[in-house]
Amino acid sequence: MSPAASEPRLSDVDPADVVHTRIWREVAEPDNPFATRAAYCRGYDVFGQMAGRARWVEMMFLLFRDDLPGNAALDTLEALAVALANPGPRDPSVHAAMCGGVGGSNAAASLMAALAVGAGRHRGARDVFDAMTAWQACGTDVAAWTDHVRRDTRAEVDVWPPRERPPGFDPHGVSTPTPVRQLLATLAAIAATPYLSWLAQHRQDLEAALGLPLELSGVAAAALSDLGFTPAEGEMLYLLLRLPGAAAHALEQEKLGYKRFPFYPVELADDPAAEETP
Amino acid sequence: MNGPQTLAAAGVLRTRMGAFWPGQRAVFRGRDLHRELRDSDWLALYVYGVTGRHFTPPQLKLLHAIWVITSYPDTRLWNNRVAGLAGTVRSSPTLGLAAAIAVSEATIYGGGAGLRAYDFITRAAAAVAGGADLREFVSREVASRYLYGYGRPIHRNDERLAWLAQVAEEQGFGSGKHFRLAFEVGKTLAAIGRPNLRMNYAGMVAPLGADLGLSRREFQLFRVPLFFAGMPPCWLEAADKPEGTLFPTPCDKIAYEGVAERPWRK
Repeated sequence: MSPAASEPRLSDVDPADVVHTRIWREVAEPDNPFATRAAYCRGYDVFGQMAGRARWVEMMFLLFRDDLPGNAALDTLEALAVALANPGPRDPSVHAAMCGGVGGSNAAASLMAALAVGAGRHRGARDVFDAMTAWQACGTDVAAWTDHVRRDTRAEVDVWPPRERPPGFDPHGVSTPTPVRQLLATLAAIAATPYLSWLAQHRQDLEAALGLPLELSGVAAAALSDLGFTPAEGEMLYLLLRLPGAAAHALEQEKLGYKRFPFYPVELADDPAAEETP
Repeated sequence: MNGPQTLAAAGVLRTRMGAFWPGQRAVFRGRDLHRELRDSDWLALYVYGVTGRHFTPPQLKLLHAIWVITSYPDTRLWNNRVAGLAGTVRSSPTLGLAAAIAVSEATIYGGGAGLRAYDFITRAAAAVAGGADLREFVSREVASRYLYGYGRPIHRNDERLAWLAQVAEEQGFGSGKHFRLAFEVGKTLAAIGRPNLRMNYAGMVAPLGADLGLSRREFQLFRVPLFFAGMPPCWLEAADKPEGTLFPTPCDKIAYEGVAERPWRK
Protein backbone atom coordinates (compact mmCIF):
# COMPACT_ATOMS: atom_id res chain seq x y z
CA MET A 1 0.00 0.00 0.00
CA SER A 2 1.53 3.30 -1.01
CA PRO A 3 1.81 5.93 1.67
CA ALA A 4 -0.88 8.58 1.62
CA ALA A 5 0.03 12.12 0.74
CA SER A 6 0.76 14.24 3.78
CA GLU A 7 -2.56 14.87 5.37
CA PRO A 8 -3.90 18.29 4.42
CA ARG A 9 -5.81 19.91 7.24
CA LEU A 10 -7.57 23.23 7.42
CA SER A 11 -5.37 25.71 9.23
CA ASP A 12 -7.92 27.11 11.65
CA VAL A 13 -10.04 24.04 12.39
CA ASP A 14 -9.86 22.32 15.80
CA PRO A 15 -8.07 19.00 15.15
CA ALA A 16 -10.03 17.26 17.90
CA ASP A 17 -12.82 16.48 15.40
CA VAL A 18 -15.60 16.56 17.95
CA VAL A 19 -19.13 17.92 17.64
CA HIS A 20 -19.95 20.52 20.28
CA THR A 21 -23.53 20.75 21.47
CA ARG A 22 -25.58 21.83 24.43
CA ILE A 23 -28.65 20.08 23.04
CA TRP A 24 -27.83 16.40 23.13
CA ARG A 25 -25.70 13.86 24.99
CA GLU A 26 -25.44 10.16 24.36
CA VAL A 27 -23.91 7.53 26.61
CA ALA A 28 -22.52 4.48 24.83
CA GLU A 29 -23.36 0.87 25.50
CA PRO A 30 -20.41 -0.79 27.29
CA ASP A 31 -19.73 -3.08 24.33
CA ASN A 32 -19.96 -0.50 21.53
CA PRO A 33 -18.95 3.18 21.50
CA PHE A 34 -21.26 3.70 18.49
CA ALA A 35 -24.37 2.28 20.15
CA THR A 36 -26.49 4.44 22.44
CA ARG A 37 -27.30 3.24 25.95
CA ALA A 38 -29.04 6.50 26.87
CA ALA A 39 -29.75 9.77 25.06
CA TYR A 40 -30.34 13.01 26.92
CA CYS A 41 -31.99 16.12 25.50
CA ARG A 42 -31.04 19.14 27.64
CA GLY A 43 -30.43 16.70 30.49
CA TYR A 44 -33.70 14.75 30.14
CA ASP A 45 -33.52 11.02 29.40
CA VAL A 46 -35.28 10.79 26.03
CA PHE A 47 -35.97 7.07 25.83
CA GLY A 48 -36.02 6.32 29.56
CA GLN A 49 -38.34 9.13 30.67
CA MET A 50 -39.55 11.50 27.96
CA ALA A 51 -40.98 9.12 25.36
CA GLY A 52 -44.50 8.27 26.47
CA ARG A 53 -44.66 11.17 28.93
CA ALA A 54 -43.61 14.31 27.06
CA ARG A 55 -45.73 16.16 24.52
CA TRP A 56 -44.27 16.53 21.06
CA VAL A 57 -44.26 20.31 21.46
CA GLU A 58 -42.28 19.95 24.69
CA MET A 59 -39.59 18.13 22.73
CA MET A 60 -39.71 20.86 20.09
CA PHE A 61 -39.11 23.56 22.67
CA LEU A 62 -36.31 21.61 24.34
CA LEU A 63 -34.49 21.22 21.04
CA PHE A 64 -34.32 25.01 20.77
CA ARG A 65 -33.76 26.06 24.39
CA ASP A 66 -32.53 24.77 27.73
CA ASP A 67 -35.74 24.90 29.69
CA LEU A 68 -39.39 24.10 29.10
CA PRO A 69 -41.84 26.98 28.87
CA GLY A 70 -45.17 27.13 30.68
CA ASN A 71 -48.33 25.44 29.49
CA ALA A 72 -49.59 28.50 27.62
CA ALA A 73 -46.54 28.50 25.36
CA LEU A 74 -46.88 24.76 24.78
CA ASP A 75 -50.55 25.18 23.91
CA THR A 76 -49.73 28.05 21.57
CA LEU A 77 -47.11 26.10 19.65
CA GLU A 78 -49.39 23.07 19.43
CA ALA A 79 -52.28 25.16 18.12
CA LEU A 80 -49.95 26.77 15.58
CA ALA A 81 -48.63 23.36 14.53
CA VAL A 82 -52.17 22.10 13.89
CA ALA A 83 -52.99 25.21 11.85
CA LEU A 84 -49.81 25.02 9.77
CA ALA A 85 -49.67 21.23 9.28
CA ASN A 86 -51.30 21.37 5.87
CA PRO A 87 -51.00 24.49 3.72
CA GLY A 88 -53.35 22.67 1.32
CA PRO A 89 -52.96 21.62 -2.30
CA ARG A 90 -53.29 25.20 -3.59
CA ASP A 91 -50.16 26.26 -1.74
CA PRO A 92 -46.99 26.40 -3.89
CA SER A 93 -45.00 24.25 -1.45
CA VAL A 94 -47.60 21.49 -1.50
CA HIS A 95 -47.96 21.92 -5.26
CA ALA A 96 -44.21 21.27 -5.49
CA ALA A 97 -44.49 18.16 -3.32
CA MET A 98 -47.33 16.91 -5.50
CA CYS A 99 -45.14 17.42 -8.58
CA GLY A 100 -42.80 14.96 -6.90
CA GLY A 101 -45.54 12.54 -5.97
CA VAL A 102 -47.34 12.54 -9.30
CA GLY A 103 -44.21 11.51 -11.15
CA GLY A 104 -43.22 8.89 -8.61
CA SER A 105 -40.24 10.83 -7.26
CA ASN A 106 -38.61 9.79 -4.01
CA ALA A 107 -40.33 10.64 -0.75
CA ALA A 108 -37.41 12.85 0.22
CA ALA A 109 -37.50 14.57 -3.17
CA SER A 110 -41.14 15.54 -2.63
CA LEU A 111 -40.33 16.93 0.80
CA MET A 112 -37.20 18.68 -0.51
CA ALA A 113 -39.42 20.24 -3.19
CA ALA A 114 -41.86 21.40 -0.50
CA LEU A 115 -39.01 22.80 1.57
CA ALA A 116 -37.42 24.65 -1.36
CA VAL A 117 -40.67 26.17 -2.58
CA GLY A 118 -41.94 26.74 0.95
CA ALA A 119 -38.74 28.57 1.84
CA GLY A 120 -39.37 31.72 -0.13
CA ARG A 121 -40.40 35.27 0.56
CA HIS A 122 -43.91 34.73 -0.83
CA ARG A 123 -46.02 32.51 1.48
CA GLY A 124 -42.82 30.85 2.73
CA ALA A 125 -40.44 30.58 5.63
CA ARG A 126 -38.31 33.54 4.55
CA ASP A 127 -41.44 35.67 4.80
CA VAL A 128 -41.73 34.51 8.42
CA PHE A 129 -38.07 35.32 8.99
CA ASP A 130 -38.60 38.81 7.55
CA ALA A 131 -41.78 39.34 9.56
CA MET A 132 -40.13 38.20 12.80
CA THR A 133 -37.26 40.59 12.05
CA ALA A 134 -39.86 43.33 11.61
CA TRP A 135 -41.46 42.45 14.98
CA GLN A 136 -38.02 42.70 16.59
CA ALA A 137 -37.35 46.04 14.94
CA CYS A 138 -40.80 47.64 15.20
CA GLY A 139 -42.69 45.92 17.99
CA THR A 140 -46.20 47.35 18.24
CA ASP A 141 -45.36 50.74 16.74
CA VAL A 142 -47.39 51.11 13.53
CA ALA A 143 -45.31 54.05 12.32
CA ALA A 144 -42.15 52.00 12.83
CA TRP A 145 -43.68 49.22 10.72
CA THR A 146 -44.41 51.58 7.85
CA ASP A 147 -40.89 53.00 8.04
CA HIS A 148 -39.42 49.50 8.22
CA VAL A 149 -41.20 48.18 5.15
CA ARG A 150 -40.59 51.32 3.12
CA ARG A 151 -36.87 51.54 3.86
CA ASP A 152 -34.50 51.24 0.94
CA THR A 153 -33.22 47.65 0.88
CA ARG A 154 -31.46 47.84 -2.47
CA ALA A 155 -28.05 47.78 -0.81
CA GLU A 156 -28.80 44.50 0.96
CA VAL A 157 -27.07 41.58 -0.73
CA ASP A 158 -28.80 38.30 -0.22
CA VAL A 159 -29.16 34.96 -1.96
CA TRP A 160 -32.91 35.53 -1.75
CA PRO A 161 -34.68 37.74 -4.29
CA PRO A 162 -35.48 41.17 -2.87
CA ARG A 163 -38.49 41.62 -0.63
CA GLU A 164 -41.41 43.04 -2.62
CA ARG A 165 -43.93 43.95 0.12
CA PRO A 166 -44.46 44.03 3.88
CA PRO A 167 -43.59 40.59 5.27
CA GLY A 168 -46.48 38.61 6.68
CA PHE A 169 -49.05 40.33 4.50
CA ASP A 170 -50.78 39.04 1.36
CA PRO A 171 -49.78 40.93 -1.81
CA HIS A 172 -52.82 39.58 -3.65
CA GLY A 173 -55.30 39.86 -0.79
CA VAL A 174 -58.41 41.97 -0.62
CA SER A 175 -59.53 41.41 2.96
CA THR A 176 -58.24 39.31 5.84
CA PRO A 177 -59.25 35.70 5.21
CA THR A 178 -61.38 34.02 7.85
CA PRO A 179 -58.78 31.39 8.88
CA VAL A 180 -56.22 34.14 9.46
CA ARG A 181 -58.62 35.95 11.78
CA GLN A 182 -59.66 32.68 13.44
CA LEU A 183 -56.10 31.58 14.12
CA LEU A 184 -55.10 35.00 15.40
CA ALA A 185 -58.07 35.05 17.78
CA THR A 186 -57.39 31.49 18.96
CA LEU A 187 -53.71 32.07 19.64
CA ALA A 188 -54.29 35.46 21.25
CA ALA A 189 -56.85 33.89 23.59
CA ILE A 190 -54.39 31.33 24.96
CA ALA A 191 -52.32 33.85 26.85
CA ALA A 192 -51.71 37.58 27.07
CA THR A 193 -48.62 37.91 24.93
CA PRO A 194 -46.99 41.06 23.59
CA TYR A 195 -47.45 40.69 19.87
CA LEU A 196 -50.42 38.35 19.35
CA SER A 197 -52.55 40.24 21.84
CA TRP A 198 -51.69 43.56 20.27
CA LEU A 199 -52.18 42.23 16.75
CA ALA A 200 -55.59 40.82 17.64
CA GLN A 201 -56.66 44.30 18.78
CA HIS A 202 -54.84 46.43 16.20
CA ARG A 203 -54.74 44.20 13.11
CA GLN A 204 -56.88 46.58 11.08
CA ASP A 205 -54.72 49.58 12.00
CA LEU A 206 -51.60 47.78 10.83
CA GLU A 207 -53.30 46.51 7.67
CA ALA A 208 -54.54 50.01 6.85
CA ALA A 209 -51.07 51.46 7.36
CA LEU A 210 -49.40 48.82 5.20
CA GLY A 211 -52.15 48.57 2.60
CA LEU A 212 -52.41 44.78 2.61
CA PRO A 213 -54.32 42.17 4.58
CA LEU A 214 -52.54 39.99 7.12
CA GLU A 215 -51.51 36.51 5.99
CA LEU A 216 -51.12 33.25 7.92
CA SER A 217 -47.34 33.69 7.81
CA GLY A 218 -47.81 37.02 9.61
CA VAL A 219 -49.80 35.37 12.39
CA ALA A 220 -47.18 32.63 12.66
CA ALA A 221 -44.42 35.24 12.84
CA ALA A 222 -46.15 37.07 15.70
CA ALA A 223 -46.76 33.80 17.54
CA LEU A 224 -43.21 32.51 17.10
CA SER A 225 -41.86 35.89 18.24
CA ASP A 226 -44.06 35.80 21.32
CA LEU A 227 -42.79 32.29 22.05
CA GLY A 228 -39.26 33.67 22.22
CA PHE A 229 -37.92 32.15 19.04
CA THR A 230 -35.38 34.07 16.97
CA PRO A 231 -36.19 34.78 13.31
CA ALA A 232 -33.80 31.99 12.28
CA GLU A 233 -35.54 29.54 14.64
CA GLY A 234 -38.94 30.69 13.46
CA GLU A 235 -37.91 30.16 9.84
CA MET A 236 -36.85 26.59 10.64
CA LEU A 237 -40.04 25.83 12.57
CA TYR A 238 -42.23 27.22 9.79
CA LEU A 239 -40.47 24.95 7.30
CA LEU A 240 -40.89 21.93 9.58
CA LEU A 241 -44.45 22.48 10.67
CA ARG A 242 -45.82 22.73 7.11
CA LEU A 243 -44.29 19.47 5.89
CA PRO A 244 -46.94 16.94 7.00
CA GLY A 245 -49.47 18.17 4.45
CA ALA A 246 -46.87 18.16 1.69
CA ALA A 247 -46.09 14.52 2.48
CA ALA A 248 -49.72 13.43 2.47
CA HIS A 249 -50.63 15.28 -0.72
CA ALA A 250 -47.54 13.95 -2.54
CA LEU A 251 -48.51 10.38 -1.72
CA GLU A 252 -52.12 11.02 -2.69
CA GLN A 253 -51.15 12.34 -6.14
CA GLU A 254 -48.84 9.38 -6.67
CA LYS A 255 -51.87 7.11 -6.26
CA LEU A 256 -54.16 9.29 -8.41
CA GLY A 257 -51.65 9.54 -11.26
CA TYR A 258 -50.49 12.22 -13.64
CA LYS A 259 -53.51 12.04 -15.97
CA ARG A 260 -55.66 13.68 -13.31
CA PHE A 261 -53.08 16.29 -12.31
CA PRO A 262 -53.07 19.78 -13.94
CA PHE A 263 -50.60 20.43 -16.74
CA TYR A 264 -51.88 23.89 -17.84
CA PRO A 265 -52.02 25.43 -21.31
CA VAL A 266 -49.03 27.36 -22.59
CA GLU A 267 -48.70 30.45 -24.76
CA LEU A 268 -45.16 30.78 -26.06
CA ALA A 269 -43.92 34.14 -27.19
CA ASP A 270 -40.68 34.19 -29.14
CA ASP A 271 -41.49 30.92 -30.94
CA PRO A 272 -39.09 30.35 -33.87
CA ALA A 273 -41.77 28.36 -35.70
CA ALA A 274 -44.08 31.37 -35.62
CA GLU A 275 -41.35 33.52 -37.11
CA GLU A 276 -40.90 31.05 -39.95
CA THR A 277 -44.59 31.09 -40.87
CA PRO A 278 -45.89 34.64 -40.44
CA MET B 1 -56.31 44.57 -11.74
CA ASN B 2 -56.64 43.78 -8.06
CA GLY B 3 -55.06 40.72 -6.43
CA PRO B 4 -57.64 38.04 -7.21
CA GLN B 5 -57.99 39.29 -10.79
CA THR B 6 -54.22 39.12 -11.22
CA LEU B 7 -54.24 35.54 -9.99
CA ALA B 8 -57.30 34.52 -12.02
CA ALA B 9 -55.65 35.77 -15.21
CA ALA B 10 -52.54 33.69 -14.57
CA GLY B 11 -53.94 30.21 -15.25
CA VAL B 12 -52.06 29.97 -18.56
CA LEU B 13 -48.28 29.75 -18.78
CA ARG B 14 -47.34 32.80 -20.85
CA THR B 15 -43.64 32.50 -21.43
CA ARG B 16 -40.72 33.61 -23.54
CA MET B 17 -38.44 30.96 -22.09
CA GLY B 18 -39.58 27.85 -23.85
CA ALA B 19 -41.98 24.96 -24.21
CA PHE B 20 -42.24 21.56 -25.79
CA TRP B 21 -44.80 20.04 -28.09
CA PRO B 22 -44.91 16.29 -27.42
CA GLY B 23 -43.95 14.31 -30.48
CA GLN B 24 -42.88 17.44 -32.36
CA ARG B 25 -40.33 19.91 -31.05
CA ALA B 26 -38.94 21.92 -28.15
CA VAL B 27 -38.07 25.61 -27.94
CA PHE B 28 -35.32 26.95 -25.67
CA ARG B 29 -35.37 30.74 -25.25
CA GLY B 30 -36.47 31.47 -28.79
CA ARG B 31 -34.36 28.76 -30.45
CA ASP B 32 -35.42 25.32 -31.65
CA LEU B 33 -33.53 23.09 -29.25
CA HIS B 34 -33.01 20.20 -31.63
CA ARG B 35 -32.59 22.05 -34.94
CA GLU B 36 -30.40 24.90 -33.66
CA LEU B 37 -28.86 23.94 -30.35
CA ARG B 38 -28.44 20.17 -30.40
CA ASP B 39 -24.64 20.39 -30.79
CA SER B 40 -24.26 22.97 -28.05
CA ASP B 41 -21.71 22.56 -25.35
CA TRP B 42 -23.66 21.94 -22.13
CA LEU B 43 -22.27 24.97 -20.30
CA ALA B 44 -22.92 27.14 -23.35
CA LEU B 45 -26.55 26.03 -23.27
CA TYR B 46 -26.69 26.60 -19.53
CA VAL B 47 -25.46 30.19 -19.70
CA TYR B 48 -27.68 30.84 -22.71
CA GLY B 49 -30.57 29.68 -20.54
CA VAL B 50 -29.43 32.00 -17.76
CA THR B 51 -28.73 35.08 -19.87
CA GLY B 52 -30.44 34.67 -23.25
CA ARG B 53 -27.07 35.59 -24.74
CA HIS B 54 -24.53 33.54 -26.60
CA PHE B 55 -20.95 33.60 -25.36
CA THR B 56 -17.79 33.46 -27.46
CA PRO B 57 -15.43 30.43 -27.34
CA PRO B 58 -12.88 32.29 -25.16
CA GLN B 59 -15.64 33.37 -22.78
CA LEU B 60 -16.91 29.80 -22.57
CA LYS B 61 -13.40 28.50 -21.91
CA LEU B 62 -13.12 30.91 -19.01
CA LEU B 63 -16.54 29.95 -17.66
CA HIS B 64 -15.61 26.28 -17.93
CA ALA B 65 -12.36 26.93 -16.09
CA ILE B 66 -14.22 28.68 -13.26
CA TRP B 67 -16.21 25.48 -12.71
CA VAL B 68 -13.38 23.04 -13.30
CA ILE B 69 -10.70 24.61 -11.13
CA THR B 70 -12.81 24.37 -7.98
CA SER B 71 -14.23 20.89 -8.56
CA TYR B 72 -12.67 19.13 -5.58
CA PRO B 73 -13.76 15.56 -4.82
CA ASP B 74 -12.74 15.93 -1.17
CA THR B 75 -15.50 14.40 0.92
CA ARG B 76 -14.52 16.38 4.01
CA LEU B 77 -15.74 19.64 2.49
CA TRP B 78 -19.10 20.44 4.06
CA ASN B 79 -21.13 20.42 0.86
CA ASN B 80 -19.36 17.38 -0.57
CA ARG B 81 -19.75 15.62 2.77
CA VAL B 82 -23.52 15.76 2.27
CA ALA B 83 -23.09 13.80 -0.97
CA GLY B 84 -20.76 11.35 0.79
CA LEU B 85 -23.08 10.89 3.76
CA ALA B 86 -25.93 10.20 1.31
CA GLY B 87 -23.75 7.49 -0.21
CA THR B 88 -22.80 5.90 3.09
CA VAL B 89 -26.42 5.67 4.25
CA ARG B 90 -27.42 4.27 0.84
CA SER B 91 -29.58 7.22 -0.14
CA SER B 92 -30.10 7.92 -3.82
CA PRO B 93 -27.37 9.81 -5.68
CA THR B 94 -29.81 12.43 -6.92
CA LEU B 95 -31.01 13.21 -3.42
CA GLY B 96 -27.47 13.43 -2.10
CA LEU B 97 -26.19 15.57 -4.94
CA ALA B 98 -29.20 17.89 -4.95
CA ALA B 99 -28.82 18.46 -1.23
CA ALA B 100 -25.08 19.02 -1.65
CA ILE B 101 -25.75 21.70 -4.26
CA ALA B 102 -28.38 23.31 -2.02
CA VAL B 103 -25.91 23.36 0.87
CA SER B 104 -23.36 25.05 -1.40
CA GLU B 105 -25.41 28.24 -1.27
CA ALA B 106 -23.65 29.07 1.99
CA THR B 107 -22.58 32.28 3.67
CA ILE B 108 -18.89 31.78 4.48
CA TYR B 109 -18.21 30.08 1.14
CA GLY B 110 -20.12 29.21 -2.03
CA GLY B 111 -23.20 31.00 -3.29
CA GLY B 112 -23.62 33.66 -0.64
CA ALA B 113 -19.93 34.54 -0.51
CA GLY B 114 -19.76 34.65 -4.30
CA LEU B 115 -22.73 36.97 -4.53
CA ARG B 116 -21.32 39.33 -1.92
CA ALA B 117 -17.92 39.31 -3.62
CA TYR B 118 -19.67 40.29 -6.86
CA ASP B 119 -21.50 43.05 -5.05
CA PHE B 120 -18.28 44.37 -3.54
CA ILE B 121 -16.19 44.45 -6.69
CA THR B 122 -18.95 45.98 -8.82
CA ARG B 123 -19.57 48.66 -6.20
CA ALA B 124 -15.85 49.30 -5.98
CA ALA B 125 -15.66 49.67 -9.77
CA ALA B 126 -18.61 52.03 -9.81
CA ALA B 127 -17.11 54.08 -6.99
CA VAL B 128 -13.73 54.36 -8.69
CA ALA B 129 -15.41 55.24 -11.99
CA GLY B 130 -17.24 57.95 -10.10
CA GLY B 131 -13.99 59.43 -8.90
CA ALA B 132 -13.70 57.79 -5.49
CA ASP B 133 -10.30 56.99 -4.03
CA LEU B 134 -9.87 53.21 -3.91
CA ARG B 135 -7.91 53.28 -0.65
CA GLU B 136 -10.66 55.25 1.06
CA PHE B 137 -13.36 53.01 -0.39
CA VAL B 138 -11.62 49.81 0.70
CA SER B 139 -10.82 51.20 4.16
CA ARG B 140 -14.46 52.13 4.64
CA GLU B 141 -15.63 48.70 3.48
CA VAL B 142 -13.23 46.84 5.76
CA ALA B 143 -14.28 48.95 8.71
CA SER B 144 -18.00 48.60 8.11
CA ARG B 145 -18.59 45.01 7.05
CA TYR B 146 -17.15 41.58 6.34
CA LEU B 147 -15.24 41.87 3.10
CA TYR B 148 -16.18 39.04 0.75
CA GLY B 149 -13.66 38.04 -1.90
CA TYR B 150 -10.67 38.53 0.36
CA GLY B 151 -9.48 36.33 3.20
CA ARG B 152 -10.25 32.64 3.49
CA PRO B 153 -11.64 31.04 6.62
CA ILE B 154 -9.72 27.82 6.13
CA HIS B 155 -6.35 28.94 4.75
CA ARG B 156 -4.64 32.17 3.74
CA ASN B 157 -3.45 31.02 0.35
CA ASP B 158 -5.92 30.09 -2.33
CA GLU B 159 -4.28 27.54 -4.57
CA ARG B 160 -6.85 28.04 -7.33
CA LEU B 161 -6.04 31.63 -8.15
CA ALA B 162 -2.87 31.20 -10.19
CA TRP B 163 -4.56 28.61 -12.40
CA LEU B 164 -7.67 30.66 -13.00
CA ALA B 165 -5.66 33.83 -13.58
CA GLN B 166 -3.63 31.94 -16.18
CA VAL B 167 -6.77 30.88 -18.06
CA ALA B 168 -8.13 34.41 -17.84
CA GLU B 169 -4.92 35.80 -19.31
CA GLU B 170 -4.76 33.13 -22.03
CA GLN B 171 -8.33 33.80 -23.09
CA GLY B 172 -7.85 37.54 -23.22
CA PHE B 173 -9.54 38.68 -20.03
CA GLY B 174 -6.47 39.80 -18.12
CA SER B 175 -7.17 43.46 -18.73
CA GLY B 176 -10.80 43.36 -17.70
CA LYS B 177 -11.84 46.33 -15.60
CA HIS B 178 -13.09 44.37 -12.60
CA PHE B 179 -10.34 41.74 -12.84
CA ARG B 180 -7.60 44.37 -12.67
CA LEU B 181 -9.38 46.25 -9.93
CA ALA B 182 -9.57 43.07 -7.85
CA PHE B 183 -5.76 42.94 -7.74
CA GLU B 184 -5.61 46.63 -6.89
CA VAL B 185 -7.94 45.96 -3.98
CA GLY B 186 -5.61 43.18 -2.82
CA LYS B 187 -2.63 45.54 -2.89
CA THR B 188 -4.67 48.20 -1.12
CA LEU B 189 -5.62 45.79 1.66
CA ALA B 190 -1.94 45.00 2.22
CA ALA B 191 -1.11 48.71 2.20
CA ILE B 192 -3.71 49.54 4.85
CA GLY B 193 -2.44 46.86 7.18
CA ARG B 194 -4.71 43.94 6.28
CA PRO B 195 -2.25 41.60 4.55
CA ASN B 196 -4.17 38.53 5.72
CA LEU B 197 -7.08 39.57 3.55
CA ARG B 198 -5.68 38.04 0.40
CA MET B 199 -7.85 37.46 -2.63
CA ASN B 200 -9.81 34.21 -2.51
CA TYR B 201 -11.56 32.27 -5.27
CA ALA B 202 -14.78 34.26 -4.98
CA GLY B 203 -12.66 37.39 -5.16
CA MET B 204 -11.38 36.35 -8.57
CA VAL B 205 -14.48 34.67 -9.99
CA ALA B 206 -16.74 37.63 -9.21
CA PRO B 207 -14.76 40.24 -11.18
CA LEU B 208 -14.41 37.83 -14.09
CA GLY B 209 -18.17 37.32 -14.07
CA ALA B 210 -18.68 41.07 -14.00
CA ASP B 211 -16.22 41.54 -16.87
CA LEU B 212 -18.19 38.98 -18.87
CA GLY B 213 -21.24 41.17 -18.45
CA LEU B 214 -23.13 38.89 -16.08
CA SER B 215 -25.61 40.71 -13.91
CA ARG B 216 -25.70 39.84 -10.23
CA ARG B 217 -28.62 37.46 -10.72
CA GLU B 218 -27.04 35.91 -13.81
CA PHE B 219 -23.82 35.47 -11.87
CA GLN B 220 -25.70 33.79 -9.01
CA LEU B 221 -27.34 31.34 -11.42
CA PHE B 222 -24.10 30.68 -13.30
CA ARG B 223 -22.48 29.67 -9.99
CA VAL B 224 -25.12 27.09 -9.02
CA PRO B 225 -23.25 24.02 -10.37
CA LEU B 226 -19.81 25.48 -9.49
CA PHE B 227 -18.68 22.63 -7.22
CA PHE B 228 -20.86 19.95 -8.78
CA ALA B 229 -18.27 17.87 -10.66
CA GLY B 230 -16.47 17.10 -7.40
CA MET B 231 -19.57 15.70 -5.72
CA PRO B 232 -20.44 12.45 -7.53
CA PRO B 233 -17.07 10.86 -6.63
CA CYS B 234 -17.84 11.57 -2.97
CA TRP B 235 -21.20 9.80 -3.19
CA LEU B 236 -19.75 6.98 -5.25
CA GLU B 237 -16.87 6.04 -2.99
CA ALA B 238 -18.99 6.20 0.14
CA ALA B 239 -21.60 3.99 -1.55
CA ASP B 240 -18.91 1.47 -2.48
CA LYS B 241 -17.57 1.17 1.07
CA PRO B 242 -19.42 -0.75 3.82
CA GLU B 243 -22.61 1.02 4.79
CA GLY B 244 -22.46 3.63 7.51
CA THR B 245 -18.68 3.85 7.58
CA LEU B 246 -18.14 7.44 6.40
CA PHE B 247 -17.27 9.66 9.37
CA PRO B 248 -19.06 7.56 11.98
CA THR B 249 -19.26 9.48 15.26
CA PRO B 250 -18.74 7.54 18.50
CA CYS B 251 -20.64 8.80 21.55
CA ASP B 252 -17.50 10.27 23.09
CA LYS B 253 -16.88 12.49 20.06
CA ILE B 254 -19.88 14.56 21.05
CA ALA B 255 -18.71 17.30 23.42
CA TYR B 256 -21.80 18.01 25.49
CA GLU B 257 -21.82 21.49 26.95
CA GLY B 258 -25.39 21.72 28.22
CA VAL B 259 -27.35 21.35 31.43
CA ALA B 260 -26.71 18.33 33.65
CA GLU B 261 -28.86 15.22 33.73
CA ARG B 262 -32.19 15.82 35.47
CA PRO B 263 -35.44 13.90 35.97
CA TRP B 264 -38.39 14.51 33.66
CA ARG B 265 -40.81 16.86 35.35
CA LYS B 266 -43.92 14.64 35.39
